[in-house]
Amino acid sequence: MTEPALLSVENVSVNLPTPRGNLRAVDQVDLSVGAGRTLGIVGESGCGKTMLSRAILQLLPKKAMLSGRVMFDGEDLVRLDRERLRKLRGRSLAVVFQDPMTSLNPVLTIGTQLIETLQEHLELDGVAAKMRSIELLAAVGIPAPEQRLMQYPHQLSGGMRQRVAIAIALSCEPKLLIADEPTTALDVTIQAQILDLLAREQRRRHMAMIIITHDLGVVAGRTDEVAVMYAGRVVERAPTPDLFKRMRMPYTEALLAAIPKIDAKPHTPLPAISGRPPDPTRPLKGCSFSPRCKYAWAQCQIEKPPLADADSPGHQYACFRPLNTEAGASA
Amino acid sequence: MMQNALYPVSGDPLLRVENLVVEYPLGNKTVHAVSGVSLDIARGETLGLVGESGCGKSTLGRAVIQLRRPVSGRVLFDGQDLTAMQGDTLRRMRRRVQLIFQDPIASLNPRRRIGDIIAEPLVISGVKDPKKREQLVHEVLSAVGLDPQLVIGRLPHEFSGGQCQRICIARALVLNPEFIICDEPVSALDVSIRAQILNLLEEMKARYGLTLLFIAHDLAVVKAVSDRVAVMYLGRLCEVGPSEQLFAQPAHPYTALLIEAIPVPDPDVRPAESVAVGEPPSPIAPPSGCRFRTRCPRADQRCSDEMPELREVAPAQFAACHHPLIGAD
Repeated sequence: MTEPALLSVENVSVNLPTPRGNLRAVDQVDLSVGAGRTLGIVGESGCGKTMLSRAILQLLPKKAMLSGRVMFDGEDLVRLDRERLRKLRGRSLAVVFQDPMTSLNPVLTIGTQLIETLQEHLELDGVAAKMRSIELLAAVGIPAPEQRLMQYPHQLSGGMRQRVAIAIALSCEPKLLIADEPTTALDVTIQAQILDLLAREQRRRHMAMIIITHDLGVVAGRTDEVAVMYAGRVVERAPTPDLFKRMRMPYTEALLAAIPKIDAKPHTPLPAISGRPPDPTRPLKGCSFSPRCKYAWAQCQIEKPPLADADSPGHQYACFRPLNTEAGASA
Repeated sequence: MMQNALYPVSGDPLLRVENLVVEYPLGNKTVHAVSGVSLDIARGETLGLVGESGCGKSTLGRAVIQLRRPVSGRVLFDGQDLTAMQGDTLRRMRRRVQLIFQDPIASLNPRRRIGDIIAEPLVISGVKDPKKREQLVHEVLSAVGLDPQLVIGRLPHEFSGGQCQRICIARALVLNPEFIICDEPVSALDVSIRAQILNLLEEMKARYGLTLLFIAHDLAVVKAVSDRVAVMYLGRLCEVGPSEQLFAQPAHPYTALLIEAIPVPDPDVRPAESVAVGEPPSPIAPPSGCRFRTRCPRADQRCSDEMPELREVAPAQFAACHHPLIGAD
């Protein structure tokens, strides 16, 4: 990638004080995305992927402590004042959340919510904002957009609501769109439509996009690069084809193996990952995945593996026993 | 009914659903949730039931055990008609049928201890001896992979989603039922935990000799556990057939669409652009004729005039379509 990154997350950690002690939600994460590129962040519930997106957007809970830098378009978001941040968010930095029912305001019409965004950020007058809203709804595939403007979120289906949320996010031509589990609440046919829509708009606008998901299937055909997170850390990061073809991290392998395959025979036992992720308030000394890892040896319990470079460009992993290497366990 | 002859299963069916119709009133309108569904499930079989949200698959599951009374049609369990049963007779039959729901945490009473939650079905069904109850609770907890000593005194919030689903499975098994309806049992769980629970269901099925109705919207999950799969759309069955065959050569365009929409975890497989068109219409006013015709690439005039009946398109595979992808006239 010769193009300088639009967003670069540098050594970001997020700590949350809880009654059970300090919770390290994000642990020294480095990531970047360039304009026109798509980054997938994959991990299970509690791995810190949503906290990381909130750290980028500066939407962390009040008590959270953030360290590191979030460089966006030449500015460090961590150090910006509230007014400047408010101008950036919604304008060049947009987000689509998982549940379109809770991210839209239930007592305002779709039109009010779209027009409000346009007037606030683009300073359009009422008529122009309404015209633009209709165009946007049509662009995201909503039939009869003029009538929809008058409707409330509850009058739309889940898929339609997510389209509206995307229309709002795209309304000010953002440079970066963060989609946090955008299709998890939707049916598989609607999921395909929404992912297509996001990809199409991203190409058209040369926008950078981050897709956060728990499903490796969602990122496989639709991202340029993937970062796999486990217990707050990025444990493997690679260009998408490289990740799937030459994965090094046993966790990535286990995550992929646990997905039921459509071409497998019925009643084939699934290679499940035993146990569950560690308690984030009780960090392990060694590799966080070692208690569940079938390749772990003594060193994995004592030392934390650093995120090291693999042979192929842009590929990094944090493992002492990487797959398909001489030091690793499997051939 | 002629339709019954359409679902040959080996041996006698444990469950037979005949022309089931379930409707909900909504203001002065009616939601047509299930509109004439017939199915057989053989003893020891797992039947997967798939479809999008709102297609009536959960309503069908509930109507089977009369949690929702059907408007018409019959449900024969082991030869006896559940729709004709009331009160005690029905309650006694229900012991043989159990349910597992989508949200494991919400389906456990947050203020009761796990030991009491699992023993409750035993209390209700008249197991009076507390020693006997305790023994059965211990057995079933061990069977689902939990340590009874560590678990019985604790409350549901002390457990993760996957563990709560294990507890729900234990509660369903404690009466030694013959038939379990699993309604989206893994949809709320993470990928790594989902595989554990699916494997557990398969183990329990073998150990307790169960017959399962497995309801889910994820086709890959359904295929992993089912012998046969039934595809439902807007209150009707589109297609029924043996799992592998159905996935290898779907006959109904809707089945094909569902299969194409599954994201494949392989970067070389480019997602087909917009395979799925539109959204399901409202079950308040379903389309005439074939209910899928408004989204179907093969639809023509006949599809809006005439409702397609299920017919055999390949051995043991049935589709309700005028223009099936295989086995056309």
